[in-house]
Amino acid sequence: MNQGFIALSPADLLIAASLLLITGFLSWRLQLGVESRLLIAAARSTAQLLLLGLILHYLFSTQSGWLIALVATVMLAVAGYEVRARQTRRLRGWWGYGTGTLSMLLSSVTIALLTVNVLLQPSPWYHPQYLIPLLGMLLGNTMTGIAVAMDTLGREAWSRRGEIEARLMLGHTASEAIAEIRRGALRSGLIPIINAMTTAGVVSLPGMMTGQILAGGDPMEAAKYQLMILFLIAAGTALGAASAVLIMSRRLFDPRQRLRLDRLAS
Amino acid sequence: MPGLAVKQLQREGLGPVELQVGAGETLALYGASGSGKTLLLRAIADLDPNQGEVTLGAHARNKLPAHRWRTLLAYVPPESHWWAETVRPHADAWDSGMLQALGFTPEVLDWEIRRLSSGERQRLALLRALSRQPAGLLLDEPTANLDQDNTHRIEALVRDYQRKHQAPVIWVSHDEGQRKRVAQRVGRMQGGRLQ
Repeated sequence: MNQGFIALSPADLLIAASLLLITGFLSWRLQLGVESRLLIAAARSTAQLLLLGLILHYLFSTQSGWLIALVATVMLAVAGYEVRARQTRRLRGWWGYGTGTLSMLLSSVTIALLTVNVLLQPSPWYHPQYLIPLLGMLLGNTMTGIAVAMDTLGREAWSRRGEIEARLMLGHTASEAIAEIRRGALRSGLIPIINAMTTAGVVSLPGMMTGQILAGGDPMEAAKYQLMILFLIAAGTALGAASAVLIMSRRLFDPRQRLRLDRLAS
Repeated sequence: MPGLAVKQLQREGLGPVELQVGAGETLALYGASGSGKTLLLRAIADLDPNQGEVTLGAHARNKLPAHRWRTLLAYVPPESHWWAETVRPHADAWDSGMLQALGFTPEVLDWEIRRLSSGERQRLALLRALSRQPAGLLLDEPTANLDQDNTHRIEALVRDYQRKHQAPVIWVSHDEGQRKRVAQRVGRMQGGRLQ
């Protein structure tokens, strides 16, 4: 039977955290050299999630539209930074940051807004209990797809410059010259979400559904929510990765259709 | 007659360069490596940022979309790159007469690129460029990897093409004998300038 919600005590969390010691011991024993990074990552997630919990707690009580907008902006800004950091050959200057961030704004933010306004319709529509978690889910997942697509595009354009220029020399347009690489980049950005949808519920129990069930929710309701989220993420990733790849591949050429790899940081 | 005229062409490490090549004429270029021969040809083809005017017959480079310009004036680099697995997809139409003139049978079109020798690639790269029917040619050491027979085949093929299309040609060559055979005029590049 449904047991309802079991609250976690600080002691529960401590026990879970102590499991990290095993990982640390392994890293030390096998000389993986990731002990300090592991520790920092664990500390970061602790601080970030507790802080988020506090902020959301406060947001739920005030429901200030401006504050919600501020939190959403910060989330978007950090996601944009993360996308940039995950690329080996990224665009120089503001383009490197702007392309990923704009693509996430176009995909995640619009889809989150669409969802609360058309699908869920909480009152008010910007109710933080819905908008913020949705946006977080979307940003977190589209971020991966966009970063992978942009990273692939940058690395491929760099390593296959000979092919691209050979096409330009033969009178192909810039768009024709990079079309194949662009397709490959977009495909690699979409593979993770396609795989996630394929194995959802069979191999992996998606995080959100797990959370909802653990928190005492009805499994069928959890499944429906998870499905909606998967569809939204797939659409958001496709939209975001496509716009990122389009903007970035245009930026790799100038108006005279020259390949401008000097616009990529090496 | 579509002659090639280059005015005040410059970029970092190059120029300003002034030159003219008449219709059907060949200008041979030579110079130490790093003297700017490749930079010059790439700048004429508008592959790198540069300033200056280039015209081919009635066509001004800066008034044409870049891909149209590069169709009109083909640059063939010393090292060729290929994007598909076999030879055929790299051109819309392969001229069997030209294939034969360079010692190939039509079967070559189904060969895999990675199995081609560097000399075969170089010859096919020239054919690939000629298949777009350019009005002018920029050839960057087109016979560098070739034996004497194939070198002469390339020279004859370019000469025929040039006669038929009245095409101006700039031909970078390290071989003095070749420069005498193919060119009416010879220029030396030094420090990014044409002497």
